[in-house]
Amino acid sequence: MFLINCPFCGEREQSEFKAGGEAHIKRPKQPTELSDDEWAEFLFMRKNIKGVQFERWNHAHGCRKWFNIVRDTSNDQIKAVYKMGEKPPVK
Amino acid sequence: MSKNLRFKSSKQVDETYRISFKFNNKTYYGYKGDTLASALLANDIHLVGRSFKYHRPRGIMTAGSEEPNAIIQLHDNTSRTEPNVRATEIEIYEGLVASSQNCWPSVNFDIGGINNILSPILPAGFYYKTFMWPKSFWEKYEYFIRKSAGLGKSPKEADPDIYEHKYIHCDVLIIGAGISGIMAAKISAKNGLKTLLVDEKSFLGGSTIYDNSEFSKINNQITSSWLEKEINEISKLENLEIKTRTSVAAFHGYNFLLARENLTDHLPIDQRENKIRHRLLKIRAKKVISATGAIERPLIFDNNDRPGILLSSAIKKYIDLYGVACGENNILFTNNDTAYETALSMVQRGIKVNAIIDNREDIDSKLSYEAEKNNIRIFKGYTVVDTYGYKRINGLSIMELSKDGQKVIGKKIRLSCDSLGVSGGWTPAVHLFTQSGGKLKFREDDQVFIPNKYPSDQLSIGSCNGDFSLEEITTNTVSSVKKFLNVNNTDYKTFEIITGINKSKRNIWLLPSDKILGKTKSFVDFQNDATAKDIKLALREGFRSIEHVKRYTTTGMGTDQGKLGNMHALGIISETAGTKMGEHGTTTFRPPYTPLTFGTIVGRNVGEFFDIIRRTPIHDWHVENNAKFENVGQWKRAWYYPKANENMHQAVQRESKAARDCAGILDASTLGKIDIQGTDASEFLNRVYTNAWSKLAIGKCRYGLMLNEDGMVYDDGVTTRLDENHYIMTTTTGGAANVLGKLEDYLQTEWPELDVYLSSVTDHYATISVCGPHSKKIISKVIPDLDFSDEKFPHMSFKNTKIGQVKCRVMRISFTGEQSYEINIQSNYGKSVWEKCMEEGKDFNITPYGTETMHLLRAEKGFIIVGQDTDATMTPIDLQMDWIVSKKKYDFIGKRSLYRSDTIKDDRKQLVGLLTENPEEVLEEGAQIVADIKKSPIEMLGHVTSSYYSPNLNKSIALGVVKGGKKMIGQKLIIPMENKNINVTVADPVFLDKEGERLNAKL
Ligand SMILES: [Zn+2]
Repeated sequence: MFLINCPFCGEREQSEFKAGGEAHIKRPKQPTELSDDEWAEFLFMRKNIKGVQFERWNHAHGCRKWFNIVRDTSNDQIKAVYKMGEKPPVK
Repeated sequence: MSKNLRFKSSKQVDETYRISFKFNNKTYYGYKGDTLASALLANDIHLVGRSFKYHRPRGIMTAGSEEPNAIIQLHDNTSRTEPNVRATEIEIYEGLVASSQNCWPSVNFDIGGINNILSPILPAGFYYKTFMWPKSFWEKYEYFIRKSAGLGKSPKEADPDIYEHKYIHCDVLIIGAGISGIMAAKISAKNGLKTLLVDEKSFLGGSTIYDNSEFSKINNQITSSWLEKEINEISKLENLEIKTRTSVAAFHGYNFLLARENLTDHLPIDQRENKIRHRLLKIRAKKVISATGAIERPLIFDNNDRPGILLSSAIKKYIDLYGVACGENNILFTNNDTAYETALSMVQRGIKVNAIIDNREDIDSKLSYEAEKNNIRIFKGYTVVDTYGYKRINGLSIMELSKDGQKVIGKKIRLSCDSLGVSGGWTPAVHLFTQSGGKLKFREDDQVFIPNKYPSDQLSIGSCNGDFSLEEITTNTVSSVKKFLNVNNTDYKTFEIITGINKSKRNIWLLPSDKILGKTKSFVDFQNDATAKDIKLALREGFRSIEHVKRYTTTGMGTDQGKLGNMHALGIISETAGTKMGEHGTTTFRPPYTPLTFGTIVGRNVGEFFDIIRRTPIHDWHVENNAKFENVGQWKRAWYYPKANENMHQAVQRESKAARDCAGILDASTLGKIDIQGTDASEFLNRVYTNAWSKLAIGKCRYGLMLNEDGMVYDDGVTTRLDENHYIMTTTTGGAANVLGKLEDYLQTEWPELDVYLSSVTDHYATISVCGPHSKKIISKVIPDLDFSDEKFPHMSFKNTKIGQVKCRVMRISFTGEQSYEINIQSNYGKSVWEKCMEEGKDFNITPYGTETMHLLRAEKGFIIVGQDTDATMTPIDLQMDWIVSKKKYDFIGKRSLYRSDTIKDDRKQLVGLLTENPEEVLEEGAQIVADIKKSPIEMLGHVTSSYYSPNLNKSIALGVVKGGKKMIGQKLIIPMENKNINVTVADPVFLDKEGERLNAKL
């Protein structure tokens, strides 16, 4: 169980958080303009990398805020935590 | 018992405190401080169990948690009974009752022993190969195999003991209180670090604490005395917490560790009352130091598993610590110097050592000369090729090893013994290190895997790091701990070490025999009966990866995780395959290091604490009025209220009829309620619901359907506009938390520009729903000041009002199709308002109804229940709810998905009504729906989602989903059941009052 440094509350145990999948997938502004394939790309396609991954997390049993983390899925090391709307501080 | 195997003045055992215990229904005596194993050995009992596959007699083999054989059942036939307890770990107490496991009917006569004779036909993978196919065979064999294999008995009653969990945060956690752990603890605590030292044993000092030999000294003191002084000193340190009987079970990432502190297992049963038995420690340590020691390796030769064959180090421990000899005529078999320490310990106590068989040809150490001086015969360059004796070893034969160690040569010599100590060198206990993700490297010199890369802020010291000599341990522990903790000062200066041990070793993974391999039983995994032959067979059959060989042969798959034999398995694989050690992987050790009881894992989360129970403010009234309850998520909801001798069906029929003929009352407090405020609240609802919300007038209510982005129905409920920028949304009971989470997600991540605030207010309000043709009269009496006329208070509207002095909201909304009012009032007034409704409704036959009647009433109206009539594959179009999907709105969650190529197909499963040919026949929910039963395979068109007998329509009604069902109204379909086929007709899902006249019905 790893520790996550919630940008609003500080370091807390993983069990307080809920994972929300890949980060930086923006909901299209005009879904009706999209073809089936383009919509499916947004709806279904997600990366599942062994290595550095950008993820959404929610402090579900805390402040209920959503934020992003950069995590190496091979060893669970968290390289960065940043708020929604912010640019990832690492590549 | 005539034999005297107990010696006076041992360190651990208190000879003034005699303890009686029962093993296999016979009473024996031991002393306080004994383990069950040491007490049994003192009574000359070696045979304690049978092996898993061949049911060979097995004895105590070790003196620690690595024990593969001496597995017993503790506390026969009581609620505390516990299988798989290692006799080497359990401390005896007055009244202990234990029995052998893995044998049926008894340890001395075991039916499964026939497997030993049949063993030529029981090779590796035999169970997989034979019993898994054909399947019908497995069913026949299973009973016999399970019964004779015997993995112990689980208790049949609830566990009477108490368990708990505790969090611990520390600067430094040190695992293992042997010599290196003690030294590390002293350095850490004396430098001001908050330190926790844990050890699985009841005493501190590890194996060094009984190292009393003249040949082992630190700074001119006998090693054990030197260590005792150290222990004395650290026990006074303020920064140091010491926990004995505490074994670390798991070492996870981020230095998160789980340990079990055993608090009462060593106490007599009557002293355990009201005490916590095990405490699961959840430890977060900034730094972790593993000082977990090493485990002695056995040697792999023919019949190396007989009772009376022990690890050499275990024999030494039983002598030096417990004052118990394992036999009267001992032989040692070794490939290194440590067995000589055992020999000399025996000599010191006057125990006969018949011989030492040593693989090595050249032996040059103080200890070996001392052994020779004491007239012990040493067979240099020899190996054991066989052993004799069924329930106890009585002899063995040896032969000379060839120069390359691959063959045996010369004449066979037979020797007699009643105990054999084996030593194959030492394996660092790296289990926890690898659990944490650590990578190992192989050291060729002495053929051991040692820690290489640390995945977190941790360090391994002492013999678990491959430092086996006293010199290496003391010097390296000080230097590496100083560096690791970044401290300069320690009390340790230089060490003057005297030791008799020479490090030379002749490592042969599988010792040669004069027989062909196929005729030998050289056990590698003692608990699971995997032999060297099995491993070689697996390699011949094409397995290469250690993880595959392991599963195929079951090597290392027992409760001991192969702590003794895994290295030999790897060695034999690499020798046979001609590869380097570790090239095919090392086996992964998984938590827990030693088995945990379920009690420890669940802690206090048992009984009523197993899961949270949510009760409505009106719960007590339901209880007083004989309600039966059903679980809806964590909620307890009133299910139905049986009167006198009514069964469920009768009660539900009565409640349903009353709700339509007179009045019904329902506790709807569990429905999720979300308070929505902000200048963009209307826009927000527009985006999350399928229908339009901006034009909803203040004071009006509207039903809404919420989709996932994939177009599938997610939740539904009525939302009311309380004010310009203020709404209250209701959700399904089970969906409340998820809906709030989903809405927050969109607000925070997709639409942060919207000015909207959400609060869960589910628990803040009690919700009482009164329905039926008399509902208006009743509610008018409860709230006399409010105008309930249809003009002033029409269907789908709401009023702010008061009951007495208490503010409340009344909504006129209906889930039953009847005229219906819903009072929402501060929770703590819920019960009194409910009682007032009951009182005022008495003359109108007001009838409380539960969830079952609610479901029946809504089914008559064809109203869906999300999660019952839908799963995550139903769009609103599939539900025939096209009317609720706005065509005008530019966008809402899930809109684009409603016309994907997949969602517009005609043959999707669609919600329909089903009427049975025989109106008395009630369908089973979940039953399959088909059209043609002659076709093979029969095509499944759908299934029944809701089914009831309607007392208001006097017939059976059902809802179901059917492929292309919308166009099948009037068509006949079949519900095939076990004994019959039921004919049904597809119908409109609304069975009652399609025009909605009852919403305004007057009586
Ligand atoms: Zn937070």
